[in-house]
Amino acid sequence: MENRLIQSLNDIGKKAEAFVRIYPKILSILTLIALSTVPMVASNYVLEVLANTWFYVVLCLGLNIVVGFAGLLDLGYAAFFAVGAYTTGILTSHFHVNFWLTIPVAMCCSALAGIVIGGPTLRLRSDYLAIVTLGFGEIVRIAARNLRITGGASGLIGIDRPRLFGLELNQIHHYYLVFLVLAALAILASVRLHRSRLGRAWQYVREDEDAAEAMGINRVAVKLSAYVIGAVFAGIAGCFFAAKMTAISPETFTFSQSILILLGVVLGGMGKIPGVVCGAAVLVLFPEIFRGIGPMRLLVFGVVMLLIMLYRPQGIWPEKRS
Amino acid sequence: MTHLDIILQQLANGLILGSFYSLVALGYTMVYGIIKLLNFAHGDIYMVGAFVGYAILALLSGLLGDEWAGILVSMVLSMIAVGFLGVLIQRIAYRPMLQAPRLSILITALSVSLILYNLVMVLTDGEFKAFTVGLGYEGVSMGEVYLTYTQIVLVGATAILMVTLHLFINKTMYGKAMRAIAIDQDACRLMGIDVNRVIAVTFFIGSSLAAAAGVMAGVYYGSIHFFMGFVIGLKAFTAAVMGGIGSIPGAMLGGLLLGLLEAFGTQIPFIGSEWKDVFTFAILILLLVFKPTGLLGRTEIERM
Repeated sequence: MENRLIQSLNDIGKKAEAFVRIYPKILSILTLIALSTVPMVASNYVLEVLANTWFYVVLCLGLNIVVGFAGLLDLGYAAFFAVGAYTTGILTSHFHVNFWLTIPVAMCCSALAGIVIGGPTLRLRSDYLAIVTLGFGEIVRIAARNLRITGGASGLIGIDRPRLFGLELNQIHHYYLVFLVLAALAILASVRLHRSRLGRAWQYVREDEDAAEAMGINRVAVKLSAYVIGAVFAGIAGCFFAAKMTAISPETFTFSQSILILLGVVLGGMGKIPGVVCGAAVLVLFPEIFRGIGPMRLLVFGVVMLLIMLYRPQGIWPEKRS
Repeated sequence: MTHLDIILQQLANGLILGSFYSLVALGYTMVYGIIKLLNFAHGDIYMVGAFVGYAILALLSGLLGDEWAGILVSMVLSMIAVGFLGVLIQRIAYRPMLQAPRLSILITALSVSLILYNLVMVLTDGEFKAFTVGLGYEGVSMGEVYLTYTQIVLVGATAILMVTLHLFINKTMYGKAMRAIAIDQDACRLMGIDVNRVIAVTFFIGSSLAAAAGVMAGVYYGSIHFFMGFVIGLKAFTAAVMGGIGSIPGAMLGGLLLGLLEAFGTQIPFIGSEWKDVFTFAILILLLVFKPTGLLGRTEIERM
């Protein structure tokens, strides 16, 4: 019974994959159009959850570049997200800079953070890398908690709402669409990066670092670029997060947040873009579906995660490897 | 207080904190050494240990007159129960995953962590539980430095556990098998070692050491909470890496060092105690930059 279920799921997966391979562009445009009409029918609750899903899609795809493509375990990814959110937050609430101008600044700041963390860690192997990124994540969070400019433990409030073509973005359906566009751009960028020369270099480094170096790949530059690009994804997501919430606090950027994003990546299938999108969706939707059971829902989520990993250790939609 | 007294007092505080970290870090490092898994559920096992100890102590109160005896009995029982819990977790969640990609088994460990702390949260309604045994604040003072008997006993107990572990690993057949598996699992299997059994023993020991630390922390701090494992899990992981993950003396050293760093971190002028974790992590990162395998770690080539 169980095997037959898995078998039929696999068949559906294979057919879907074949369809996607034949008509990728048509399918993605159709999906995008279909998804952008959702605000006409859905309630605010559904929109909120879906906007959240797109938002995690961006974050998970960003981390997927670091973990999935380049094979560098990062346990402090929320730090980059924090850098983006705080850059926008500080610039708009203290200095009233236009929201759209804060995005390039936030991109630069998070790229810089990527270099700061990437720089000293490039010599380290996976598990030591994990603790260094974790430590860096904690340093950023504690700094945000204790500095005056970040508003301390209570965080920043009064972040300006962005305006687009004279329209203030203040409704949930605005943010649904904004995050949908961001997620679509993140998918596009991921696909392009995956197929690029740099993307192939990341995979070589992931599979065998020493062999890659022997083949003439600059290991340091390749790893650093994965960190920087992953950080920029998170930074941009952070900007829009700050604008949507209008208030941010250090408690959003904890170790648990980093772990949650990593969970999305691994649950979906590391390195596989549609897999990571699925993983992000599972991440947001599962706890919402189980909201009815109250305090037990994270317990159930844990059990579901465990079962997914036991039966599909490569993730829900894994990358094919030769 | 003179500077010397402050230093001595912080040295004492650091040793206590460090001995908790060491005990938990040992479990991390043993599991890592043998199956290369970062067992992120380990901090929660420590927490479960504290709660099991609390429950046994509540059951026993009245049966045993002496407070110390009650604590000792509940600690030993908690160590045994949580040791078996560790073996059970290993059997259900980790053994089927040993051939899977390393990050998948890491996520499995995170799921176990989520399950354990949410289970305890549901069972205790998320409340703090107070250890009712008050051991008082009597102690000895040396100059201006004051040590309670509780502190002395806890450090002593930790030392006993560590020496026992050291003897177990270096003198017994199981210890030898553990060391052999850490080097080459397949070769051990071919030599007729029951690898699964040795891994189970490793989990038993690691989990029961964490449980001991949990009960001791409950006695020392007076209250326990379902989320207490999270912070100490992070700290113990840091300690294990600092000492060189996979190295047992390294975990002991790393834990003590981390405890001392934290104790002295609160004393640095112009930096408040809220920055002590930044100080600790900054030192850790610096250490790893100059010594990429930790203090006592070996250079290993492995992939994710």
